[in-house]
Amino acid sequence: MTLKIVKPGLATSIQDLGRPGYFHLGIPEGGAMDRLALRAANLLVGNPEDAACLEAVFMGPEITFTADASIAITGGSMPILLDGEARDGWTSFNVKAGQTLSFGFLTGGARIYIAVSGGIATEPALGSRSTYPIGALGGFHGRNIAAGDEIPVGDAALVEEGRTVPVVLRRGPGNPAELRVLTGLYWYRLTEKSGEAFFNDTWTVAPEADRMGYRFRGGQPMEFVEREQPFGAGADPSNIVDGCYSYGSIQVPGGSEPIVLHRDAVSGGGYFTLGAVISADMDLIGQLQPNTSVKFVKVGMEEALQARADRKAMIAKIRKELV
Amino acid sequence: MKTRYSYGGDEHIYVEVDEEMSLDAFFISLSMSNAVREANIPGVTEICPANASFEVRFDPDVIAPADMMARIKELEHKAETAEKRLSTRIIEIPVFFQDPWTHETLMRFRERHQDPSGSDLDYAARINGYDSVEAFIEAFHSQPWFVSMVGFVAGLPFLYQLVDRDKQLEVPKYLRPRTDTPKQTVGYGGCFSCIYSVRGAGGYQMFGITPMPIFDPEQKVSYLKDFMVFFKPGDIVKWKPIDQAEYDRITAAVEEGTYTPRIAEVDFDLDAFNADMTGFNAKLMEALNDA
Repeated sequence: MTLKIVKPGLATSIQDLGRPGYFHLGIPEGGAMDRLALRAANLLVGNPEDAACLEAVFMGPEITFTADASIAITGGSMPILLDGEARDGWTSFNVKAGQTLSFGFLTGGARIYIAVSGGIATEPALGSRSTYPIGALGGFHGRNIAAGDEIPVGDAALVEEGRTVPVVLRRGPGNPAELRVLTGLYWYRLTEKSGEAFFNDTWTVAPEADRMGYRFRGGQPMEFVEREQPFGAGADPSNIVDGCYSYGSIQVPGGSEPIVLHRDAVSGGGYFTLGAVISADMDLIGQLQPNTSVKFVKVGMEEALQARADRKAMIAKIRKELV
Repeated sequence: MKTRYSYGGDEHIYVEVDEEMSLDAFFISLSMSNAVREANIPGVTEICPANASFEVRFDPDVIAPADMMARIKELEHKAETAEKRLSTRIIEIPVFFQDPWTHETLMRFRERHQDPSGSDLDYAARINGYDSVEAFIEAFHSQPWFVSMVGFVAGLPFLYQLVDRDKQLEVPKYLRPRTDTPKQTVGYGGCFSCIYSVRGAGGYQMFGITPMPIFDPEQKVSYLKDFMVFFKPGDIVKWKPIDQAEYDRITAAVEEGTYTPRIAEVDFDLDAFNADMTGFNAKLMEALNDA
């Protein structure tokens, strides 16, 4: 069967759990920004957890189904309509051939995940169906979906309707959102005052927020420890000799607006990084809308690993509910 | 040189061999990252070498961060005593300097440049003390370059020229990055040259363009059939200036699938290079005569 794309939404892409292993060549792992939501959507419709789904940001697509299927939508909150009739999020329901799925306006979070039983069945590239538009890799012909596309879906049996993820297991950011950070990398470049201000200030998500990275503004400009710039680094005090960036790392070009790199990160560059958002909180960034207030919270490695274990336990509970 | 280790969140370890760029720092970071690869440490998912640093990504559910850190630190000594020698290849990359496409682009983004009155090459030649653009281009292409890092975006090489530090060319990046750069632009920022593998945003000064694709996700280009990315760290590059006629001829040959880049196998030995840079480079470039 295929999904006929009537309207694509704003920037809807095919994503799975990504293609780790090529970052040393500048090809990011990609994959769902909110991985818990993608896993849950797949589990709801009986797919393997890493099956490819549609990730839609801020605005949902409009899709006509060419065959019967079970579907589920997770992640942000957006009214779900099947031939105009409301359906619940985080809950499986069946669609008949010829029916059309559409969405109302976003009411919470930023990204939704649409899982279809059988999973999206485009040709994988480097082991993944995730779309990396800059490299024209994966997805549907290497790009986001467009009106008129017919997206192939694998064959699968329908699942029971009304399978649902309990509300306590639906994870999203609070308001203000709190993102936990491990300091390190080039943290020592900041003055003590600026280091403290980074955590004390309230930041807001800037309009420049996408799969590559999220930019934040509203905090105080940062000051750097004075030094003679090393050879090859560049003249600005925020410059370093180009090095690798990590997922979640926080760079502050010119000391003004922090950028947190996400799944489609550039793999390296010449800006200092002050640390990184912990792995457990990467999903939350994917659900931040522009203008959301954000506090960065300093944690240690132990706390980061505990948060990682807590998130894994949450996914295990979802799995237990649905498998 | 003082090696510095840091966690990057709970999944990465970042190792900076030196704050400043040098071939010694590059060689140590490359040998250390190779040593990490050869050690086959369970839980390691990515090893990314950079100019004077490298990064290891790992799964903390498989190996505790502190254990991962200890394993990497153990390898520092091994890398320091390793021979700074590399079996690699030299590749001739044709470049059409002052081409119409990068010229159109640099004019479009002139207000983001340090010197809106001239071209990027005019500016680069002047601030590096060259009398003419031609003399600057000569310095740029007459000595070979080392690929010290691949990344930023898919398959983009950073290159460092194989000359003494006092002969290194240095230029700042654009004041504000461009939102567009033609695919295969040869750029320059800091002490690094690069080839933009795909069209997109960029902050490096633009000097010219190569007709030779270096990234092809569809793998239709004849020499990218085995893998979509052309460059790897340690490759050596010799720029070859070409005119528009040659540019057009190569572009057509690439499309027909008949273009083969000139490549020769070479050994690079850092001590031998440091002892006689000009002589060593001459030998490297001679290898291309048989390619």
